[in-house]
Amino acid sequence: MNNLESLLASALEETATAENIQSLDQVRVKYLGKKGEITQFLKTLGALSADERPAMGAKINEAKTQLQAALNDHREKLQLAQLEAQLAAESIDVTLPGRIESLGSIHPVTKTIERIEDIFQKIGFSVAEGPEVEDDYHNFEALNIPSHHPARAMHDTFYFNAHTLLRTHTSPVQVRTMEQSQPPIRIICPGKVYRCDSDQTHTPMFHQVEGLLVDENVSFADLKSTIIDFLRAFFGRDLQVRFRPSYFPFTEPSAEVDIEWGRDSDGKVRWLEIMGCGMVHPKVFDYSNIDSEKYTGYAFGLGVERMAMLRYGVQDLRQFFENDVRFLEQFN
Amino acid sequence: MKFSEHWLREWVNPKVDTHTIVEQLTMAGLEVDGTEAVAGQFTGVVVGEIIAADQHPNADKLKLCQVSVGGEITFQVVCGAPNARVGLKAPFAQINAILPGNFKIRKAKLRGVESFGMLCAEAELGMADQSDGLMELPSDAPVGEDLRKYLNLDDTIIDVDLTPNRADCLSIAGIAREVGIINRQAVNAVEVSPVSATHEEIFPVEIKAPKGCPNYVGRVIRDVNVSVETPLWMQEKLRRAGQRSIDPIVDITNYVMLEIGQPLHGFDLEQLAGGIVVRMAEEGEKLTLLDGQTITLSSDVLVIADQSKPLAFAGVMGGEHSGVSSNTRHVFLESAYFNPIFIAGKARQYGLHTESSHRFERGVDFQLQRKAIERATKLILSICGGQPGPVTNQSDPEQLPDTIAVKLRASRVRSLLGLEISNQEIAELLGGLGMVMETVKEGAWVVGIPSYRFDIRLEVDLIEEIARLYGYNNLPSTSPMAHVAMTGLPEDKVTLRQLRRLLVAQGYREAINYSFISPELQKLVEPEVEPLSLANPISADMGVMRTSLLPGLLKALSYNLNRQQSRIRLFEVGQVFLPKGDTLQQPQMLAGVVCGLRNPENWTSSSDKFDFYDCKGVVEQLIALGGKVDQFEFRREVRQGFHPGQCAALFLKDECVGYLGRLHPQLQKQLDIPEVVYQFELQLDLLTQGSVASFQEISKFPGVRRDIAVVVDQKVDAADLMKIVEFEAGELLKDLKLFDVYIGKGIDPNRKSVAMGLTLQHPSRTLNEDEVHDLMTRVTQKLEERFNAILRK
Repeated sequence: MNNLESLLASALEETATAENIQSLDQVRVKYLGKKGEITQFLKTLGALSADERPAMGAKINEAKTQLQAALNDHREKLQLAQLEAQLAAESIDVTLPGRIESLGSIHPVTKTIERIEDIFQKIGFSVAEGPEVEDDYHNFEALNIPSHHPARAMHDTFYFNAHTLLRTHTSPVQVRTMEQSQPPIRIICPGKVYRCDSDQTHTPMFHQVEGLLVDENVSFADLKSTIIDFLRAFFGRDLQVRFRPSYFPFTEPSAEVDIEWGRDSDGKVRWLEIMGCGMVHPKVFDYSNIDSEKYTGYAFGLGVERMAMLRYGVQDLRQFFENDVRFLEQFN
Repeated sequence: MKFSEHWLREWVNPKVDTHTIVEQLTMAGLEVDGTEAVAGQFTGVVVGEIIAADQHPNADKLKLCQVSVGGEITFQVVCGAPNARVGLKAPFAQINAILPGNFKIRKAKLRGVESFGMLCAEAELGMADQSDGLMELPSDAPVGEDLRKYLNLDDTIIDVDLTPNRADCLSIAGIAREVGIINRQAVNAVEVSPVSATHEEIFPVEIKAPKGCPNYVGRVIRDVNVSVETPLWMQEKLRRAGQRSIDPIVDITNYVMLEIGQPLHGFDLEQLAGGIVVRMAEEGEKLTLLDGQTITLSSDVLVIADQSKPLAFAGVMGGEHSGVSSNTRHVFLESAYFNPIFIAGKARQYGLHTESSHRFERGVDFQLQRKAIERATKLILSICGGQPGPVTNQSDPEQLPDTIAVKLRASRVRSLLGLEISNQEIAELLGGLGMVMETVKEGAWVVGIPSYRFDIRLEVDLIEEIARLYGYNNLPSTSPMAHVAMTGLPEDKVTLRQLRRLLVAQGYREAINYSFISPELQKLVEPEVEPLSLANPISADMGVMRTSLLPGLLKALSYNLNRQQSRIRLFEVGQVFLPKGDTLQQPQMLAGVVCGLRNPENWTSSSDKFDFYDCKGVVEQLIALGGKVDQFEFRREVRQGFHPGQCAALFLKDECVGYLGRLHPQLQKQLDIPEVVYQFELQLDLLTQGSVASFQEISKFPGVRRDIAVVVDQKVDAADLMKIVEFEAGELLKDLKLFDVYIGKGIDPNRKSVAMGLTLQHPSRTLNEDEVHDLMTRVTQKLEERFNAILRK
């Protein structure tokens, strides 16, 4: 019996010190294999008396079970260690840059237009567009700017011939929309416009967004609220807005809109002219065959580059059209 | 319009400061562009008189002056001004005076001679940008008087930027009227009364163009002395309004214009032949203007002529020889009303812009002419003397604007402004403007409009006046009420935003170029298209409208390559302009240009360059957005500007959507671009046509994949091979992948190996081996027949 006990003791010892799966396997074969030393022990049972046999048999089985359990435990330990070693070997530098196509960018003018569209689409405006090469009628005449009107001088128009020109504002889109539909009308018209003027603060092409709402009982109070809400939404803060009487041939009453933009050293609000607006002039309705007694409406227009400059801090207007990648890449 | 604040305050003097007046004007719709001090900040400057001027002993260009300030003592002053002379009165900065820029005058030694003070030029006092000598004060200037007080220099110049409708404010009288209304204060208008004639001489006037000139008032003034100096007070008011003093008659006419708004003209009576004729110019007639330039008149120009020749460009500028000169003895004064339509744009047509044309083309009070001539007469008599004749007045009431009465409804005022305002308040506000309110019934008026408010013609004009006086910022603000009607949301349209975002995800940056480009560039890129040319381009290199977005993008690409960028991807969305006979098409295009590495530089990336298939891949992605990929087709194309062997046209059914491929190497060289460039340009309306998804049941049965590789002539297009495979495999073909193209060792040098993988699947059962085998045999046979293909083992 001592023999079995010492055998088990040395088997457990060898199990515990096995350094890898192979040597563990060798331990298992050595003691529990078909010709293993503990297995061999079973063969000695035959030589025992019937009385002794059951007790001895039980002892041997217990020794086998004990060793098997020890082997299993150790195998698990070894496997875990092996996995850990493997994982450690597979470790990489996760701080290396990923493999991607670098993102491009949307032009700040487009970004600004989309933002303005989004704000107005939420209150039911839809987007309308029109041709950039326009006729005199839609650009001027139908907007109550007849050929002798001094306001034409303010427009610095590019002409192709006496009747064809590059639109000087996006207002012709309003005319075209009113020609084709009856109120209620709620549109926003973004697009390129052209003026024969080029210096630090003017480019011969720039972008405007115009809006038009025509319905019954539209009032100047509605216009004010729309403009104030829009400017606050666009700039994302409750800035002060003021309205100044002004003049556009196609609206009356007309207003220039100023926003609060910083303060002077004496604390006075510094006002910045930002857009123009007004109630649609009855003559404009007449041109487009909309009943100016039944319907009223408001219109507004703003320069996209100016809004983008204020929003993103761009200083030089001309940068919008140089397409320098170092400029463009700042507007992801 | 610029004017002196003091002048305004002579007319109306509210107890508010300059800043408040400026604010009031701006908020009343008369936007103040800026204000400017009449002179710089200085103290200690008085009127000095030079009583001796000798040569400086040690300097040729300096003089040694003795300056008197009225007392016993005179001051020795060293002065370098060329006009320093005995008898001249000039500003004298005494010791301890402080000039603009905090410059303190001290006793000084100049070239060894002591100097006690400084004689000043206008620039040194902040009264002009530059001067070439001492400021010359009038001979009656009181010696010793403080200059600020004498010249009334504690004054501000206010510059108002008037909108074209407010021509009624192009005068002190007009501005004063507004300030008076705002401050509820009476205006002290200048007294004008008829000046009696002292003789009977008149100069005949004939109006041949009564539509253009419905009212012409004239007067002869004999024996005027034009050699007198314009009084200082008038010179200063003119100067502060931005007008130079010329001679007393011109100064007086300008003064009256600034004061009450009526432009006037003074003729030298002895230069006029027979009588005044107001007529349209004869085509080609020549006229030499006051400024010396000779213009050739067209027949739509209104002129003031005499019996033999045109004298003046009516309402714009006088002629050189007929105006008042230093020899003039007798003056014929003109005060006319010209119809704005006859004046508008005419000055600009000749490159002119005058104070007179500015007013006449916007409109002048048509009842002002007589008053203006009386005012001018009175000033001439008091300054130049002379004998006034009777006032003559040729007028055609038919052609004069009507005195207008406009109907006004209180209900309309309230609804358009969204404002609860009482009838009484409306009547009061308009009454304050000089409107005559005649009540028709409760809440309805007929409003008589004064002739100076010729801009008011409609009810809405009056409503604007009410809003303006009420104060725009006092008007209510309420969220609009609207019919909440839904608009459609078509799902079969690809939006521009989707297309843009896809390109951005692919590394493209959006560019925006001018729509006009140089004719040379246009010719280089699209020589076969005749572009639309601007009649008045801003510069020669922006002369024609683009017919393609590519020239602008290529220029932008080149711009960036010259700035150390090497991997460039740009796209643009915009209209192009294609003349087609008499019509013009303005389609929206989407275009892109690319050069440089396929992948951004990275520790793991290859150094492969972007090539045709990258370019095509992007276009394929763009069309995939619409979900109708199988309706598009790429075809070989030879096109101007593209590499003839690396260009494809994209078709949607039979319509050409656009082109893609490599920039022609020769063009690339001409554009001075060092890199190979790929480009694409697609018509947006075809690209945005999509389809609504339509679900197909997913087969429950396994698919079978079979690969074949065939060797064909290199000239055979892959698309043709694939078409045959698709046709022969029919409906069982679920997917076809072209996964390898091989040219090289082991293959005939003129041929290539093309490998394709077919995925076959039946919707309702498992395919058996025989079917698959038969199908593959058919496909192979067809490829052999059509393309002489050899199956590669």
